[in-house]
Amino acid sequence: MHPALLGLITITIGVSSCVGYFYLSNLFLDKVLFPARGPNAGRNINRANLIRPWLFLFPALFALGLYLAYPVVETLRLSLTERVPGGGYRWVGLDNYGQMLSEPKFWEAIRNNMLWLIVVPAMSTAFGLLAAQLTDRIKWGNIAKSLIFMPMAISFVGASVIWKLVYDARPAGTDQIGVLNALYIWFGGTEPNTWLTIPFWNNFFLMVVLIWIQTGFAMVILSAALRGIPEETIEAAIVDGASPLQIFFKIKVPQIKTTILVVWTTITITVLKVFDIVFAMTNGQWETQVLANYMYDKLFRANDWGGGSAAAMVIMLLVMPILVWNVRNARREMR
Amino acid sequence: MDNIAGTKSTLSWVVNISVVVLVVLWLFPTVGLLISSFRTADQIAASGWWKAPFATEQNLKLRAAGPEVQVQQGDLYVIEGRLAEEDLDISVWGISSRAIDAYQPGEVAELKKGGTITVNADGSYRAENTEEFTGKRGQRIFVTALTPAELTLENYQNMLLSEETSDGMVKAFFNTLTVTIPATVIPILIAAFAAYALAWMDFPGRAILIAVIVGLLVVPLQLALIPLLKLHLGIGIGKGYLGVWLAHTGFGLPLAIYLLRNYMAGLPRDIIENARVDGASDFQIFTRIILPLSFPALASFAIFQFLWTWNDLLVAKVFLIDSSGQTTVMTNQIVELLGTRGGNWEILATAAFVSISVPLLVFFTMQKYLVRGLLAGSVK
Repeated sequence: MHPALLGLITITIGVSSCVGYFYLSNLFLDKVLFPARGPNAGRNINRANLIRPWLFLFPALFALGLYLAYPVVETLRLSLTERVPGGGYRWVGLDNYGQMLSEPKFWEAIRNNMLWLIVVPAMSTAFGLLAAQLTDRIKWGNIAKSLIFMPMAISFVGASVIWKLVYDARPAGTDQIGVLNALYIWFGGTEPNTWLTIPFWNNFFLMVVLIWIQTGFAMVILSAALRGIPEETIEAAIVDGASPLQIFFKIKVPQIKTTILVVWTTITITVLKVFDIVFAMTNGQWETQVLANYMYDKLFRANDWGGGSAAAMVIMLLVMPILVWNVRNARREMR
Repeated sequence: MDNIAGTKSTLSWVVNISVVVLVVLWLFPTVGLLISSFRTADQIAASGWWKAPFATEQNLKLRAAGPEVQVQQGDLYVIEGRLAEEDLDISVWGISSRAIDAYQPGEVAELKKGGTITVNADGSYRAENTEEFTGKRGQRIFVTALTPAELTLENYQNMLLSEETSDGMVKAFFNTLTVTIPATVIPILIAAFAAYALAWMDFPGRAILIAVIVGLLVVPLQLALIPLLKLHLGIGIGKGYLGVWLAHTGFGLPLAIYLLRNYMAGLPRDIIENARVDGASDFQIFTRIILPLSFPALASFAIFQFLWTWNDLLVAKVFLIDSSGQTTVMTNQIVELLGTRGGNWEILATAAFVSISVPLLVFFTMQKYLVRGLLAGSVK
């Protein structure tokens, strides 16, 4: 069957079965199970209202449980086992972790991930804050914002192609078609560099891609926060003779501290999961490996499910503090 | 406000210029690829895309007419003609690939098989020989010519209109669409019902459920890959569209529920209570009141989910793409082109832009909802 037709049928089946489920289950509850008539009408309505939330929630909870909660447990279990050739799994305890810790590629990935975790959120937030502050003060600020925000819509893969052209290198003596090498030669460099193969520094060239994408996100959120600052605080500072820089760093930034933290952690999570950029641009060669790509390597190139699961658990471990922090914030807000 | 304390206008200049610099920096890479996608392979290889508005020096490999057009003028056999239909601006030329810059325009070159040839700056040439020219094909001529700036749609025509030269992009485009639309529609519906229950129904454990969903928001996708692939293979879904739709639905749900619940919780209480008093059931309240009122939040999430599934590589690679090569999405196709056609920028740039164009269109038309969703979605 043609996939487009299959897609259409799936939408129809999916949507109508969802609607059908909600409609029929409600009908069943109200008309058959606990009808709101007869001697027990009042009690039945109460009982129906006790059950109804779970009818509404069931499909979502089922999907969440199966696609997100169960995998967390199952990955933990798999990371302690090993696939036996021919089928089945064998308990190996912490061997996968031990094996992983002895691999230099793993430590390279950890080192690079730490670099990414420091540089990308910091730079994106800083640029985002700068862009938000500057664009809020000019007439064509909205156009500028939407142009800086645009990379957000571009896929990591598309961004990788865009930046590969920037980093492109041609043999010495010919015209350079990559902007970076053209500038380098123009400023007096002699040999063009293949930027993505220079160990250590190439990590930063990859990070630039993600910073470029995430700055728009940071800018949008921070700009809304800046606008929410009460005018009086700024007016008071102006009356007291504060300079624009002082107003920005001593009045505005402290007031949006929590928003900055939120932006920072959101980008941190994106960074931990970054896979496409490294996969498309260097595939972890020349010492650019990161955890997500390391895990993919384990899983699909080495076909080592135990090792891959162990690597995934490491990512989960790194996300954990943010997860706890988010949940605590959300609960505090609810009260 | 800038004028209150007599702020100087120089500051406003500095701000304007800084923003221009920022915007240019952010646009520059994308514009580079966009312009490259409208240039021919020769143009891309010869000069940087920023030189596209100017004429460029290019090395062309051309051929003079064959011996069949020779005419006898007195005791000389002559072949005359033009190397190209339009006027060229030749700076140097040659007749051997090892010395393509051996002659200036107007100079005379000795042909290996006897006779001479002269190429003029405008591309006209004249070959003379005392004996008859023999052989089947005309003389090869290498010229270095200044070619005028020109943008072409040829790359897009090759990619979109012709089966052989499309590098699988047309098929990938439709596959991506097939993945994206169900993966956007289905989670919205499931999430909307759940969000309503979490926002407007009172039941024990509600607070804990909301906390769990906030927690699941940040669970990395990587964790789900192996168990779910194992599950899909185990229950017979295998790799395919159904699997990728289910996966995207599952992964999109936390954000969908979170966004929609926050929005629905903010709807005016009066409307809902009035409806309850009038005897509307929860199902009716949901479909008649809440769903229409929540349109902005639904749109926000739909855009997020659309962009995310359209741009996704990892989920498609794990749950969809099998060894048959029939089910590939654009992002995967581009990564493969990066490997096999790494130097062919005209193909890469065009492929990337075909893939980027749809999200960009969505972005610019629906930006309002996207921004609103971002503001609501970041945990404050």
